[in-house]
Amino acid sequence: MSADNQEVRELAQKEYEHGFVTDIQADTLPPGLDEDVIRAISAKKNEPQWMLEWRLDAYEKWLKMTPPQWPHLRIQPIDYQAISYYSAPRQGDGPKSLDEVDPKLLETYNKLGIPLEEQKMLAGVTDMAVDAVFDSVSVKTTFTRQLEEAGVIFCSISEAMHKHPALVQQYLGTVVPKTDNYYAALNCAVFTDGSFVYIPKGTRCPMELSTYFRINAQNTGQFERTLIIADEGSHVSYLEGCTAPIRDENQLHAAVVELVAMENAEIKYSTVQNWYPGDETGKGGIYNFVTKRAECRGDHSRVSWTQVETGSSITWKYPSCVLKGDNSVGEFYSVALSSLAQQADTGTKMIHLGRNTSSTIVSKGISAMKGQNAYRGLVQVNKNAENARNYTQCDSLLLGDTCGAHTFPYMEVKNPTARVEHEATTSRIGEDQLFYCRQRGISEEDAVSMIVNGFCKEVFRELPMEFAVEAQKLLSVSLEGAVG
Amino acid sequence: MLEIKDLHVSVDGKEILKGLNLSVDAGQVHAIMGPNGAGKSTLSYVLSGREGYHVTDGSVTYKGRDLLAMETDERACEGIFLAFQYPVEIPGVNSSYFLKAAVNARRRYRGEPEMNAMEFMKLTKEKMQVVEMKQELLARSVNEGFSGGEKKRNEIFQMAVLEPELTILDETDSGLDIDALRIVAGGVNALRNEQRSMIVVTHYQRLLDYIRPDHVHVLADGIIVKSGDEKLALELEEKGYSWLEKSA
Ligand SMILES: Nc1ncnc2c1ncn2[C@@H]1O[C@H](COP(=O)(O)OP(=O)(O)O)[C@@H](O)[C@H]1O
Ligand SMILES: [Mg+2]
Repeated sequence: MSADNQEVRELAQKEYEHGFVTDIQADTLPPGLDEDVIRAISAKKNEPQWMLEWRLDAYEKWLKMTPPQWPHLRIQPIDYQAISYYSAPRQGDGPKSLDEVDPKLLETYNKLGIPLEEQKMLAGVTDMAVDAVFDSVSVKTTFTRQLEEAGVIFCSISEAMHKHPALVQQYLGTVVPKTDNYYAALNCAVFTDGSFVYIPKGTRCPMELSTYFRINAQNTGQFERTLIIADEGSHVSYLEGCTAPIRDENQLHAAVVELVAMENAEIKYSTVQNWYPGDETGKGGIYNFVTKRAECRGDHSRVSWTQVETGSSITWKYPSCVLKGDNSVGEFYSVALSSLAQQADTGTKMIHLGRNTSSTIVSKGISAMKGQNAYRGLVQVNKNAENARNYTQCDSLLLGDTCGAHTFPYMEVKNPTARVEHEATTSRIGEDQLFYCRQRGISEEDAVSMIVNGFCKEVFRELPMEFAVEAQKLLSVSLEGAVG
Repeated sequence: MLEIKDLHVSVDGKEILKGLNLSVDAGQVHAIMGPNGAGKSTLSYVLSGREGYHVTDGSVTYKGRDLLAMETDERACEGIFLAFQYPVEIPGVNSSYFLKAAVNARRRYRGEPEMNAMEFMKLTKEKMQVVEMKQELLARSVNEGFSGGEKKRNEIFQMAVLEPELTILDETDSGLDIDALRIVAGGVNALRNEQRSMIVVTHYQRLLDYIRPDHVHVLADGIIVKSGDEKLALELEEKGYSWLEKSA
């Protein structure tokens, strides 16, 4: 252990004597947020000094900030002192077997066709069969070796802070600055873990990082931090999330994801988000306030965001691309479903800075029951961004008449050579389409899911093959009972 | 097979069918002719269970059961097929996927094992030849960007694959050129046998040269005003509908 770390530990320990009853060895910090808590988190993670300072600086800034007031979300005020900011990966207090898991959750797992062993993992069952653990460990080892041979770094961000401190320090917070927004600032102060990826120059990552991730998946807590760097001429496809519904006692989730693409590099980032949406009134659902941003730093770089959002009580999320490099390309493909009492406010920002930059936005919003879906998109072309191109297509589909769809396209064009196109449609699921399907013998529920999946096709096409199939199934399951 | 008695149907509060009677036996082909707005499509929709078509009086018995008590998809699984006057486009839904879902819905309904991809491909290949439909259409979204003729042909192709017991053709001939008409009629005739019945709704006698009906009915202003055999169709071709409407 370095002298630095020892010092931090001691400091934290000392501070702690006053602040908390719980001693530092405990797995969970009591609710509340102040400087002591941040010191404690940093100490628990044995972080270098600069990291602690970075966190404290963010905390100070956060205190002076206010939450965004978005017109299309109704949010109950969040009590930040009621949240516990550190909880070590728990062992032993989960359900002992699938028999102890909520049968409704299992029913959904089965509908999604998730294998039994994976179900156990998702539901947090503690006594996973030995052979299953053995199995996934060996698969994991094979993957790790393959990645190592390619020179790819893929580990938790905590691990990266120790093993690759220079890389982390060089890039962390350079895409999403600490003061970017209220939730991002909070994340900087208290994030507990997340993933770190570095793809070296000229390297094509030998596998979808999803495959690995899914086996490796574990609860990374409510303040997740992801940093992906694709060095010159490299390529990576990363997949986050899982189609299985995830329940979590933590209501607030405020993740930050930063992507950096250097010259000629390409990052494809796919997300399937299916947090617990809450009941018909939205009670118990998760607030998902995420900041995701990519910087196309080098010329001819390319970043593509694909997301399928079906969960959460409230989603607030705008994966964005800053197109700095000349000829860089940003893409955003999104399907967002709001059913029950869900509210989604999602979209993207495409910031054109370099010359000949181009961006594509395809957004598909589906609203059912009392769901409210808003697309909020910003296309900004700066003065020097000669020949910037943007194409935006924004389609909304309504099921029933108690839901809503809203579109807020913002355009700021400061260069006359820019060409920005926007197309938007809103349609109800057609009675004639439903009748046509049902006349052929297809049940109403199947017909709805078929029509909705058809509506989303342009986005699903962008997902890795295996995941596209799962996403379709997920959408169908999420829509069950939403027709009427 | 089908017994319609004193059927009254209204749409948006307006009575369209005003006491229609029709009896179709197994193996029979009945042609229904009549002027625009007579209620021909309304009859097709009410038999297949479209929403918004309210039966205010009368009864329909199909294979001994109360048809009107059955759900739309259940009627289809029980063998009722409607070839739409205006086939519907479903963007993003692959034609072949759609049809396979329809085939397997029927199979599940009957408690039969589902058809796998290989069997399905073999079946569609065979049936496509019957209606001379281009293979590539199956790879496209349902009816999306199909020409008028292609849409109609696709209806008959679906019919050939699904092999319904009671087929209702709603103006399948309109918009078809003479060659297409002959092909479509060929597809329909290939399906005819002693068990299967058909209701052929048409405006023109022309189609009946190819699909020869056992009975011809004239529907005007919501009721059947005259019934006869093939000769009635020829008579209508010659004289139009007005002489019947007046007598009705
Ligand atoms: N949705 C509707 N609302 C009101 N009237 C309708 C509706 N659909 C059809 N009609 C009317 O019902 C009558 C019969 O229509 P239809 O069954 O389509 O006739 P056909 O097929 O014989 O031309 C017409 O007068 C038509 O205008
Ligand atoms: Mg008609």
